[in-house]
Amino acid sequence: MASTTDDPVTRRDFIHVAATAFAGVGAAAMLWPLVDQMNPDATALSLASIEVDLSPIDTGQAITVMWRGKPIFIRNRTPEEVEAAKAVQMDELKDPVARILGETVQEPATDEALTKSGYEQWLVAVGICTHLGCIPKGQRIGDERGPFGGWFCPCHGSAYDTAGRIRLGPAPTNLEVPPYEFLSDTRIRIG
Amino acid sequence: MSKILSMRNFRTSTLGAALLLVTAYASPSFAAGEAVEIPRQEWTFSGMTGYFDKAQLRRGYQVYQNVCAVCHGMRQLYYRNLSEPGGPEFSDARVKDIASQAQVTDGPDDNGEMFTRSGTPADKFVLPYPNEKAAAAAMGGAVPPDLSLMAKARAPAHAHAWYTEPYFWMVDIVTGYQEGGADYLYALLTGYADEPPAGIDVLPGLYYNEAFPGHQIAMPSPLADGFITYEDGTEETVANYSKDVTAFMMWAAEPKLEERKKMGLTVMIYLGIFAILMYLSKRALWRKVPH
Amino acid sequence: MAHQSTYEPKTAFTRWMDSRLPVIRMAYDNLLDFPTPRNLNYMWTFGGILAFCLFVQIVTGIVLAMHYAADTSVAFDSIEHLMRNVNYGWLIRYTHAVGASMFFFAVYLHIFRGLYYGSYKPPREILWILGVLIFLAMMATAFMGYSLVWGQMSFWAVTVITNLFSSLDSVVSGLGTGIVQWIWGGFAVNDATLNRLFSLHYLLPFVIAGLVGLHIWALHVTGNNNPTGVPLRDPKTEALPFHPYFTAKDGFAIAVFGLIFAYFVFYMPNYLGHADNYVEANPLQTPPHIVPEWYFLPFYAILRAIPSKLGGVIAMFGAIVVLFFIPWLDTARERSTRYRPIYKYFFWLLVVTCLALGYLGAKPPEGGYLVAGRIFTAYYFIHFLIVMPVIGIIETPKSRPQSIADSILGGGNSSQPAVAAAEKR
Repeated sequence: MASTTDDPVTRRDFIHVAATAFAGVGAAAMLWPLVDQMNPDATALSLASIEVDLSPIDTGQAITVMWRGKPIFIRNRTPEEVEAAKAVQMDELKDPVARILGETVQEPATDEALTKSGYEQWLVAVGICTHLGCIPKGQRIGDERGPFGGWFCPCHGSAYDTAGRIRLGPAPTNLEVPPYEFLSDTRIRIG
Repeated sequence: MSKILSMRNFRTSTLGAALLLVTAYASPSFAAGEAVEIPRQEWTFSGMTGYFDKAQLRRGYQVYQNVCAVCHGMRQLYYRNLSEPGGPEFSDARVKDIASQAQVTDGPDDNGEMFTRSGTPADKFVLPYPNEKAAAAAMGGAVPPDLSLMAKARAPAHAHAWYTEPYFWMVDIVTGYQEGGADYLYALLTGYADEPPAGIDVLPGLYYNEAFPGHQIAMPSPLADGFITYEDGTEETVANYSKDVTAFMMWAAEPKLEERKKMGLTVMIYLGIFAILMYLSKRALWRKVPH
Repeated sequence: MAHQSTYEPKTAFTRWMDSRLPVIRMAYDNLLDFPTPRNLNYMWTFGGILAFCLFVQIVTGIVLAMHYAADTSVAFDSIEHLMRNVNYGWLIRYTHAVGASMFFFAVYLHIFRGLYYGSYKPPREILWILGVLIFLAMMATAFMGYSLVWGQMSFWAVTVITNLFSSLDSVVSGLGTGIVQWIWGGFAVNDATLNRLFSLHYLLPFVIAGLVGLHIWALHVTGNNNPTGVPLRDPKTEALPFHPYFTAKDGFAIAVFGLIFAYFVFYMPNYLGHADNYVEANPLQTPPHIVPEWYFLPFYAILRAIPSKLGGVIAMFGAIVVLFFIPWLDTARERSTRYRPIYKYFFWLLVVTCLALGYLGAKPPEGGYLVAGRIFTAYYFIHFLIVMPVIGIIETPKSRPQSIADSILGGGNSSQPAVAAAEKR
C-alpha cells in the first residue's frame, strides 16, 4: 500500500472503502441501544427479596408465593416424602445436577443439596416446569402428583419427585431452587 | 458553477430577509412582558463536558431530605438511585440505611390488610402525603408540587426586547444552554425578601418572592443560614443550600445527564470524522465529472 | 419509469428472480442507476435527509411503544420510567423527540426549495400534491405524538386543537360539539382519547411511508427538477447515476445533518420542547401560556390572526389547502426563480412572512403582535392567490441556459474559469 499511495485511483478507492466501513460501524453501534432496551430494566433488576412466614403450613401442605413474577413452591414434606427423596440413587435421575439459582458450582442433586440442613422437611423450588414453562400440579390437596409423588405437569406429562427432580417426561432438568435463607424456624427470605 | 452563484444569492438573500424581519414592523405598541430577568449561575453540569459534583449532590440531598421532603415528594426516584453512577453515589450501605429509615406502606398481607415495613433500596421515595387531596387539606389548599422533574419543568422567560430575541436564541443554542430551570430554582430559593418592596401588597398566606411569576408565592422561605449542618465544611449559607439542592433537583430530573454528555462527545467526534470521510469520498467521485 | 432499464441479472438466481418478481431490477433502476441531473445543489439533499428522518422516527417509535402505556393514569410515569430505568431509554426517547423537530426543519427547507425552483410546475403536479399530503400526515402524526407525553402542554394542546372543530357549531347547531365529542370519546379529553391518539400515532407513520413511496415513484416518472428548471435532455452528458454520485453526496449531507441532530439530542434535548410538558397533565389547570411546538407556530399565528372562531379555523386549514393549488396558481413560463427578476423578491418576502408568523405564533395575540400577525397572514394568502398568478403574467424572465449541459459547461459565462480555479484550491 505504502508504495502506491501516490496513485490517485488507489487513494480514492481507499476513501470510499473507509467511508463505507465507517458508516457500517456507526450503524452497528446504533443498533446496540435498540437491542439492549429490551433487556430487564433497572427496576426489574432491583426487585426486592420477599419474606415468607412458614408457620401456617402444616406437614404435608404446600403454598405458592410470587417472587420476581414467578411462582415459588414451598412444601412442608412428610417424613415419608423426605425419606423417599433421600433414598433415590443418583444414577436413577434423569438430571443428576442440583439446579440452584445463582450457584456457579453444580452439585449432585441429592436431597441434602436441594434443602437446608436442619430444615429438611422444607422444599422450596421455582414452580415452573423446565420443559416449556407450565406450572406443574401437586400443590393442592387432591392434585394429581404423578408417579413419583412430587409434581406432575399437565401440559406434556413431566413428573417430578418429592425433591423437585425430573423423573419422567420431556422436561430436561430438575425444578430450580431459588436462593433463600432461614431467618428463624418459621420464616424464610427468598432472594 | 452557476449553481455556486445561486447558492451565494440564496445566502445573501437570507441575510436580507432577516434584516427585513427586524425592520419590517418596528411598532412601539408591542406588549411589554413582565418577565423577570433570571441571572444565570455557574453549574458543573452545564455545557458539553458537564458533570455532577458528587459532594454537592450529597449536600443537596441533605437539604432536600431535611427541608423540602417535609412537604414535597420525589415520586420518580428510587432509593437505589442515590448509589447509582452519575448521581450522589452514596455507598450501598448508606443507601440501605437511608431506605430503612423510611416507612413503606405495603400489602395487602394474607389477611387483606395493608402494613408498613422499613424501606429497601428498591423502593420508591416515600411521599409526604398519600395523595394530592391530603396535601391540599394539610397545606390550606396549595399543593406542594412534586420535585422529581422540577428542574426541567420550569424555564425562565426571556426578558429581552422582541427584536433581539432571535439573537439570544442563537446564543443559547451555540452555548448549549439548558440550565434555565436550575437558574430559576436558585433564583426562587434565594429570592425571598423580609419586606416586600414598597407598593406591593402581599396577600395573607402568601410571601413575596423576587423570582416567582407575580411575586406572591404560597411557600414560605424554606431556608435560613445555619439551618443545616454540613459535614464537609462547606459554608452554611442560604446561597449554598440553594445551589446544592438545585443541583440535586437537576440530577433528580435528569439522572442520565453525565452518561448522555459523555456519549454525546463520542457520537459528535464519530459524526465529524464520518462527515469528513463522506466529503472526501464525494469529492473524489465528482472531481472526474463536470457538474 | 422514465428511463430505460439497464439492469442485467448476472447470476442464475437473479435471472430466475427477474422473470418472476423484478424487485432487484426495481431497486437497481431506482436506487442505483437512476439518471439524476448533475447540476443539483445541496438543497436537493433534503429528500435523502427526510428519508433518514422517517426511518429514525419509525425505528425509535417502535421501540418507544414497547415501553409506553397509553393510560392517562400511568402514561406520564411510563415515559419517566423509560427515561430513568430502561437501558438507553433516555437516548431513544430524546432521539424521537428531537427527531420530530429535525424532520420538520428538513421538510420546511425541502418545501421552500421546491417553491424556489418551481418543482411543482408541470409535469410534477402530482409529485407536489403527494408532498403536501405527506406534510399534512406529518403534522397530524407529530401532534398526536406530542399528546402522548401527557404533560400539561400535551393535554391542553389536544384540548385546544380538537376544540377547533366546535367552531362548526356556528354552521350547523350541534355539529361541531358532536364531532368534538366523537373525537374525544367523552365529554372531555380522557383515557379513550389518549388510546385513539396512540393507535393513530402508530398507524400514520406507515401511511407516510406509503406516501413517500408514491412520492418517489412520481419523482422517478418525471425525473428530478434542477436549479435551472430546464428539462433533462441527454442523460449521458447531463445526468449521473444516482449511485455512487448522489449516494455519496446525500451521505455527506446526512452526516452533517446528523451532527446537528446529535448536538440537540445530547446537549439540548429539551430546548425545542416546553418545560410545562414535564408537569403531568392536570385537567383543572391550564398553563399560563399555551404554545404549540415550534413547527406549528406559523399556522397557530394564522389561526389567532382572524377575530372569528370559525374564520380562524378556516384560515388555518386554508393555509395548507392553498398549497395543493400552487401548480395551477403559478402562471410563470420559467420554473426556476433564478431567472425570475421580479418574483425573486416576492419569494423572499414569503420566507420572511413564514418566519415572522412563526415568531408571532409564540407571542401573546395582543397589541403590535396581533397587528403584525394580521398583516403577515394577509400576505401569506396574497402571495399564493394574487402574486403568483399576476407576476407570472407580467414578468419578463431573464435569459437562461438552453440545456443543463450549457449550464454545466458555462454557456458563455465568463466567470467560470475563476470559479473553477477557486474550487480547485
